Amino acid sequence: MNIHEYQAAELMEKFGVATPRGRVANTPEEAEAAARSFGTNNLVVKAQIHAGGRGKGTFTNGYKGGVQLCKTSSQVRDVAASMLGQTLVTKQTGAAGRVVRKVMVAESKEIERELYFAILIDRATSAPVIVASTKGGMNIEEVAETDPDAIVREPIHPTLGLQAYQTRKLAKLLGLSSNLMRPAGKLFHSLYNLFIKCDCSMVEINPLVVTKGGEVMALDAKFNFDDNALGRHPEIVAYRDLEEEDPREVQASKFNLNYIGLDGNIACLVNGAGLAMATMDIIQHFGGKPANFLDVGGGASEQQVTEAFKILMADKNVQAILVNIFGGIMKCDVIAQGVINALRQREAREERMVPLVVRLEGTNVDAGKKLLKESNLPLIAADNLEDAAQKAVAAAKNGKH
Amino acid sequence: MSVLVDKNTRLLVQGITGKAGGFHAKNCMDYGTNVVAGVTPARGGELFEGKVPVFDTVSEARTQTGANATMIFVPAEFAADSIMEAVDAGIELVVCITEGIPVLDMMRVKEGMKGKRSRLIGPNCPGIITPGQCKIGIMPGYIHKPGKVGVVSRSGTLTYEAVWQLTQRGYGQSTVIGIGGDPINGTSQLEAIQFFNGDAETEAIIMIGEIGGTAEEEAAAYIKAHVKKPVAAFIAGATAPPGRRMGHAGAIVSGGKGTAAGKIAALEDAGIAIARTPGEMGDTLIKQLK
Repeated sequence: MNIHEYQAAELMEKFGVATPRGRVANTPEEAEAAARSFGTNNLVVKAQIHAGGRGKGTFTNGYKGGVQLCKTSSQVRDVAASMLGQTLVTKQTGAAGRVVRKVMVAESKEIERELYFAILIDRATSAPVIVASTKGGMNIEEVAETDPDAIVREPIHPTLGLQAYQTRKLAKLLGLSSNLMRPAGKLFHSLYNLFIKCDCSMVEINPLVVTKGGEVMALDAKFNFDDNALGRHPEIVAYRDLEEEDPREVQASKFNLNYIGLDGNIACLVNGAGLAMATMDIIQHFGGKPANFLDVGGGASEQQVTEAFKILMADKNVQAILVNIFGGIMKCDVIAQGVINALRQREAREERMVPLVVRLEGTNVDAGKKLLKESNLPLIAADNLEDAAQKAVAAAKNGKH
Repeated sequence: MSVLVDKNTRLLVQGITGKAGGFHAKNCMDYGTNVVAGVTPARGGELFEGKVPVFDTVSEARTQTGANATMIFVPAEFAADSIMEAVDAGIELVVCITEGIPVLDMMRVKEGMKGKRSRLIGPNCPGIITPGQCKIGIMPGYIHKPGKVGVVSRSGTLTYEAVWQLTQRGYGQSTVIGIGGDPINGTSQLEAIQFFNGDAETEAIIMIGEIGGTAEEEAAAYIKAHVKKPVAAFIAGATAPPGRRMGHAGAIVSGGKGTAAGKIAALEDAGIAIARTPGEMGDTLIKQLK
């Protein structure tokens, strides 16, 4: 789950992480009031969307830059008015862009140095690790390629947690002067606390800055949360912004379906995450493009299968559907009945149909195949994975059956 | 011979009175697994299926029945505690089927298990089976056949796919281990390969991996140096978009690490035969045997 920058700032404030003062605004008036409350002439307005590259982005109305420095509160109001309700296109949003519904108004700081600081779980050691670098404000993967010595890794004990001496060591490695050791240590501790208490899978501060005024601050933060732990964090779930998510994924999540939208034209419906990934791979292997990842899970009901179909068919790019089921716990006849229900509903409403390739194997496979055959629906039966993928690719190319 | 489980395995089921736990405990019994006890707190004294005694705690169950393996079906929020209860009771093999355990919970479990005698398989896995002898988990028993191919995998249904391909072509399995799809798990690809390498009855190995982490690369380095038996592998997720979690919590490509291409290169370098599609897993190994 992703959150907005202003939400990350709120979270950091709650945990005592030093950040520039900032407030979210829904209207130009709110933005102006926020600016006024800071009592400074160094201000910045930032469009709030779940995508990077905002500063270099362009609005579809021609206005340039989703991050703007301002000197007065009335300028803040004008900038906010230019951004709010407009669509911002950045290198991460795709050509469609994202509608800006909120802006964040913050105090802008004069920066002396930019650093990088992140906490994540190291899978190799099954423990947290802090990754820090003197090269802040840059993509860390790029730094790792070009200047690996500029990156330090500090492993954290999984139950003892971050120790005070480690924060001093990190401060030294980042080249912070002695007088900054205490505030830096406090910031590192606060971030580590946030990481653990909120069940993050990653916290990335880029840049962590030393201001000309001699403060150490988190200027921009990116948080990733462990989806498995969201059940114990209603306060973080409340940050979820459905407007920022793929509507197909929002719909799928309502029915507990594990769906990820992609941009190909062959939809797939599979049981099991590994098999679902492998099904995408085999479609591509035979020259097709998968439209989605969909794992209906081990115990999907007829209704879930029916809903899954609606989501797949609602995607206008989809030219063929591949159903690939290896029934273990999942029974093939349940899947077959779900498929039949979905198709009958579409028939009754005279909705768009696309070729449907079905490959069933495993528990109750004969009952499943029998149901499909007796339905007299226009299905393409496949014997194995390869056969299924090739038939789906061919069907998508022909466009119709 | 086989790996980790056989006809002498005495299985305990944690969460045996729950819907999933009960259903699969019964399936394991039907397969021939010796299920000796169940554990559900506050349900001690009951009998499961009229014959398997249910206990309040794992330690009681262990003392009274000599259980040496456990299968955990406890809901995700309590599963870490259940694993540690089994470890504390000295159960040799802990198989955790439960999906959705928070990563930080598993991190603490891993630390808590250091220096203990127990081995953990999973979580978020289909379990482990030695065909014809002992099934611990949710895999359909009938697709398996006793034989000499060891299979290790991070994915459930993809394992069934590989096993079924082998069985249909007349090749049985020594033991099949589903290590699970989570970023922090008990038994790694590498450890499973080490078990198979040391098992006299396992003559060939299939390893099924997926994007995310470096488990397959570590196994590849070991195979290159130590394994003479034929090995075939498949890596799922070549087409997955970076940064997205593909169903399994562990299946995510981050910062260019954990890609399918990188893993396949490491495996090929170790002389492992790569199945280019999931439909070819069985045949890719069989070709090595001829």
